[in-house]
Amino acid sequence: MRVNFTVNGRKQTADDVWEGESLLYVLRERMGLPGSKNACEQGECGSCTVRLDGVPVCSCLVAAGQAEGREVVTVEGLADYAAHRDDAHPGGACGSGSCGTSLDAAQRWQAKGTDGQTGEGTELSPIQKAFIDAGAVQCGFCTPGLLVAADELLERNSSPSDADIREALSGNLCRCTGYEKILDAVRLAAARQEEAV
Amino acid sequence: MDFLRPASWEEALAAKAEHPTAVPIAGGTDVMVEINFDHRRPEYLLDLNRIAELSQWEVGEEKVVLGASVPYTQIIENLKTELPGLARASHTVASPQIRNRGGVGGNLGCASPAGDSHPALLASGAHVEVESQARGVRLIPIDEFYKGVKRNALEADELIKSVHIPKATGPQEFSKVGTRNAMVIAVCAFGLALHPEKRIVRTGIGSAAPTPVRAKEAEEFLNAALEEGGFWDNGKIITPSIAKQFATLASGACNPIDDVRGSANYRRHAVGVMARRTLMWTWESYRGNAEGRTLEGAA
Repeated sequence: MRVNFTVNGRKQTADDVWEGESLLYVLRERMGLPGSKNACEQGECGSCTVRLDGVPVCSCLVAAGQAEGREVVTVEGLADYAAHRDDAHPGGACGSGSCGTSLDAAQRWQAKGTDGQTGEGTELSPIQKAFIDAGAVQCGFCTPGLLVAADELLERNSSPSDADIREALSGNLCRCTGYEKILDAVRLAAARQEEAV
Repeated sequence: MDFLRPASWEEALAAKAEHPTAVPIAGGTDVMVEINFDHRRPEYLLDLNRIAELSQWEVGEEKVVLGASVPYTQIIENLKTELPGLARASHTVASPQIRNRGGVGGNLGCASPAGDSHPALLASGAHVEVESQARGVRLIPIDEFYKGVKRNALEADELIKSVHIPKATGPQEFSKVGTRNAMVIAVCAFGLALHPEKRIVRTGIGSAAPTPVRAKEAEEFLNAALEEGGFWDNGKIITPSIAKQFATLASGACNPIDDVRGSANYRRHAVGVMARRTLMWTWESYRGNAEGRTLEGAA
């Protein structure tokens, strides 16, 4: 079947989608967006977290057909999504379709820039910068899901308590960091966000 | 496999009538796991996401009519005054991502004995509204809904539309045993609701029998003891002997198994402990000691 949906602010079409296929599979294998990770396939690990009409969900548990006509934001579009939330469209996403991240740009997205270690010169969202600065990335597999979940937390709660952060990220497993640096990163992003206001 | 996308409730009923083997999918948090792991290859998936009324709720004079697909997140945010037991149970469901998608209709449709909403629904005395194109609406009392492990009272052509849940008239509690606060399938769970207007206490046990069950003997004992001692009127503290007997009878209502999450003995014991605790929490709250628990960090 065919699925028409919006990915990172641009209209997309996926063809030859099997009816039992997950949104995650469509994003990774048909859209060429491997940022959302495939790990547990049962909603335990959160590494496939994307925004579906603004709401964080495990894309492995959304049937592809259920995404028809809806808006998906993946980690590849997170920088643009955050930028537009803050500047061009305060309090809401872009309706015109002229913003967003093109599929081609999203597919080629790399945190390289001029410095591969710090991401300098690359367009990053505040939460992505904070993860790098706080050393919250080790193997990196859980990172995309955590970024999407943490970004959504800071969108609705600008100064989260530690309990708020723990609860918001309770559906994302990380087996490297022990979570402390991840908590640091979210606190850092929140503090920077407060400063900017 | 075919993917059916009805745009209205009527279309959904027609589709289910035409294809009784169709598996309804709303939040997908159960169905997609089975498909991802190749445990299930339904002929038809019946997507209910386009039917707006399933994601809505109505607060009436005496009850809340909760659409089958209302996600747990919405229950926690909007209905904790009317349905405190269910809101607390909802807060223990998996993770934010899952609570954003899953709802009570899926818990009922799946009918796993470990579903988190069952104890709260049993304790509050809910009714499940189901409908078929051929025979129209049925309101199934929650006590008659669970038929076996992952089996419920639904006919093949029926869909769950909503759950009718009496608004709380007294304190309600929910308790669950697991290895952490998030992402836990209940080892066992216990729900308890005081109904001061009827002077009864109702309970629900999760994950400690082939189906969710009420601790009926424990309820009967407690209701008689509270009546006899004039507790509803004098607001006295519940005596340790009453609480102990209530806990023992609640343990006796279990018919658990040994599995990877816990042993049968442990489940029996834990249900007794949770029965005593939830009784004390709710009763102290009923007596006016509001220092019970808050929803913050509740699990």
